[in-house]
Amino acid sequence: MTTTIETSRRRFLVGSALAAGGFALGFHVPFLAGAEAAAETAAELNAWVVIRPDETVVIRIARVEMGQGTLTGLAQLVAEELDCDWSKVTTEYPTPGQNVARNRVWGNFQTAGSRGIRDSQDYVRKGGAAARMMLVQAAADEWGVAASECTAAGGVITHAASSRSTTYGKVAAAAAKLEPPKDIPLKDPKDWKIAGQPLPRLDTAEKLDGRQVYSIDVKLPGMLNAAVRACPVFGGKLKSFDAASVEGMPGVRKVVAVDDTGVAVIADTWWRAKTALDALPVEWDLGPNAGHSSAEFAKVLREGLEADEAFVGSQAGDVRAAVAGAAKVVEAVYGVPHQHHATMEPMNATALFTGDRCEVWTATQNAEAALATASTAAGLPIPQCEVHRLHLGGGFGRRSTSHDFVRQAVLIAKQTPGTPVKLIWSREEDMLHGRYHPVTMCKLTGALDAQGNVVGLHMRISGQSILVSVNPQGLQNGRDPATFQGLNPSGAEGVFGYTIPNLLIDHAMRNPPVPPGFWRGVNNNQNALYLESFVDEMAHAAGHDALEFRRRMLVNHPKHLAVLDAVAEAGGWGKPAAEGVFRGLAQHMGFGSYVAACAEVSVSREGKLKIHRIVAATDCGHVVNPQQVRAQIEGSFAYGLSAALFGEITVKDGKVEQENFDSYPVMLMEDMPAVESIVMPSGEFWGGVGEPTIFVAAPAVLNAIFAATGKRIRTLPLSKANLRSA
Amino acid sequence: MTRLTVNGTEHDIDVDGDTPLLWVVREQLGLTGTKFGCGIGQCGACTVHVDGAAVRSCALPVSAIEAEQKIVTIEGLSPDLSHPIQKAWLALDVPQCGYCQSGQIMAAAALLRETPKPTDEDINAGMQNICRCGTYNRIRAAIKLAAESPQAQRG
Repeated sequence: MTTTIETSRRRFLVGSALAAGGFALGFHVPFLAGAEAAAETAAELNAWVVIRPDETVVIRIARVEMGQGTLTGLAQLVAEELDCDWSKVTTEYPTPGQNVARNRVWGNFQTAGSRGIRDSQDYVRKGGAAARMMLVQAAADEWGVAASECTAAGGVITHAASSRSTTYGKVAAAAAKLEPPKDIPLKDPKDWKIAGQPLPRLDTAEKLDGRQVYSIDVKLPGMLNAAVRACPVFGGKLKSFDAASVEGMPGVRKVVAVDDTGVAVIADTWWRAKTALDALPVEWDLGPNAGHSSAEFAKVLREGLEADEAFVGSQAGDVRAAVAGAAKVVEAVYGVPHQHHATMEPMNATALFTGDRCEVWTATQNAEAALATASTAAGLPIPQCEVHRLHLGGGFGRRSTSHDFVRQAVLIAKQTPGTPVKLIWSREEDMLHGRYHPVTMCKLTGALDAQGNVVGLHMRISGQSILVSVNPQGLQNGRDPATFQGLNPSGAEGVFGYTIPNLLIDHAMRNPPVPPGFWRGVNNNQNALYLESFVDEMAHAAGHDALEFRRRMLVNHPKHLAVLDAVAEAGGWGKPAAEGVFRGLAQHMGFGSYVAACAEVSVSREGKLKIHRIVAATDCGHVVNPQQVRAQIEGSFAYGLSAALFGEITVKDGKVEQENFDSYPVMLMEDMPAVESIVMPSGEFWGGVGEPTIFVAAPAVLNAIFAATGKRIRTLPLSKANLRSA
Repeated sequence: MTRLTVNGTEHDIDVDGDTPLLWVVREQLGLTGTKFGCGIGQCGACTVHVDGAAVRSCALPVSAIEAEQKIVTIEGLSPDLSHPIQKAWLALDVPQCGYCQSGQIMAAAALLRETPKPTDEDINAGMQNICRCGTYNRIRAAIKLAAESPQAQRG
């Protein structure tokens, strides 16, 4: 299994079919001379499709696979239009350097925001369709007939009138020389045969026997390994370190500063690098944030709940007048703490710097950003740098928010020119230097009339902005639009479903010195939790059924209503549950999709919570692979409920207190409820599926807990709440 | 020199005795299917078999292992994905990112060896490995599927 990777490769074509040799995508495999020879004669029909003489169809994938199934889904879309033989399909990643060199022919590499399929479906399908048209034309030209008389299916082109047929592999070379078509019609999704089907993933087998090479597994000739430690206090600096005290330790080659914030040990193996790093005396200048704590952040956020100044996200009518004239006013304050991504594969990157060139091998959700980071760190222009992608051992937004690990790897490799270095973060380093789910609180004030109708709602969000830190160009006059995810009055991304005559949703931005990041689901998670829990509170205060109460306010948004109705029906809402079992509902729209959940829980007298079952519905418009949509729904519950049950990053003395899974517990098998998913695509639009179900996970469970106990949990994590019967 | 028997082959390895088995397997033997996740025996990504039992290799120094003890890593579970657990995992398309799956598969194989017909409670107790993608329900279903196989108890 130990095989090295030749780094001087500049050729393009090695796909996952060659991964059987022990390789990830995009690497030259020196000993597979036959395969390489085949690649020489492969025909590139366009950026997306390459066909080899042996009929293998190589589909290029611009987005990255991190578990969400995009590799398979995107290949299905191309293969559908290509009308190829699915069993002959293999995939490969183009590199960001190739994308730059070819005027970004593959478009956006960023894999975030549940956009992998919905944002690229149009052009990847056209890539498949254009390739098919060229293949058919090439066959028609060879036969001297009109292309319109020929048909293609399963990689075979047929001219029925003359009973002739040929294959894609045979005409690919001629087809590749043809002018690409300009008008490229796409199939109606109702005619799909490959897309839309619950096909098995393309990447499963190599994940079952250790063959899959992740970034952390990369091995290059002569490679050294590095362990790093950055100042544990955000914003702190490296003051000094005593390299001499560890330089004689086994395997240690070099101890180096990394920027002015960290120090790394380079050794023959990672374990020896880490052992020496642990023994290395380091002095830090802890900087201005050393006095900060989560308790202090909470005070600042609470002040924001009452502040006069706030950015307005959505406004209708006069909410203050509605509250003043209400028959009943409901008020509550909620809070969601910082959370860590905790990808299973810790941050890592391998870099080779040779003076005039820098190459990086890493797991990234945005290879173009990783390339820019490498270029800056190397001090070399982008054409002299390259990033090789590997499947991710989890991303969840961490690997799109920041490429700090790539920067570190390059800075370290610059100190060993000509020798590649693999940098791996320990779990502790990973947890102390996350890009955390932002901390927010929310005060909700609801105005009910005498009949219990909601006549006014004020949602005041107070807390951290992601964009201020990650992408300040995205701010609008200082306002962070991402803060209002799922709460906007219009837009394809996520619409507030309830019709409330007097509405104000605003944000008092308060930014504690803890780096925030995009975290699977992003601001939709806490916004849905705040809103859907509070809608339940208002229903209870009005004495109304939680389903009917929502239905009345969703009257203008039939798609929101449809998913809610679906889970209510399948979840048995309004019908008796098993002894001691109680239900809760939630609905939300985000990343272009409509989701709802009905959770069933029980809480023992001693306060032990069990989440028995969740029925979930998703309307994502078009479904490319229903099996993968279901997998994403299940996974979203694991991620969202893990956060609700256990997730909390706290800061003390400017440093994160949790360093590993013993102090940052996550959901295990025993905590996972049964999930019944209803995939109900209504067509006509393309919504994402990697994140949306997370939005409804926590509020559905919290509402069920209220039904079970009468206790309204408004602050996460649940592990800190006392659910014991009074 | 430390002598280890891994996947049926004896290796003499020049390594510091306190090096965890995980890093010997990954760095000295080049068997990278066994993953690093936490380093403190919490997540289970590093699970291997030592004499048939599931062991978290990140917290086990090689000096604590006898030469004759049989270590099996994910690469040695079967030569061709034919172990009942691997077959069930393939049939139900269990993995998402896949990073934890080597450990999950090794833990599940050890569970079935000890408990050929596991109940849900047996699975909860035997499968304490973390999966962040959330494949737990498919893992549970795949273990039950594998348990129906006549070869379920195979090491």
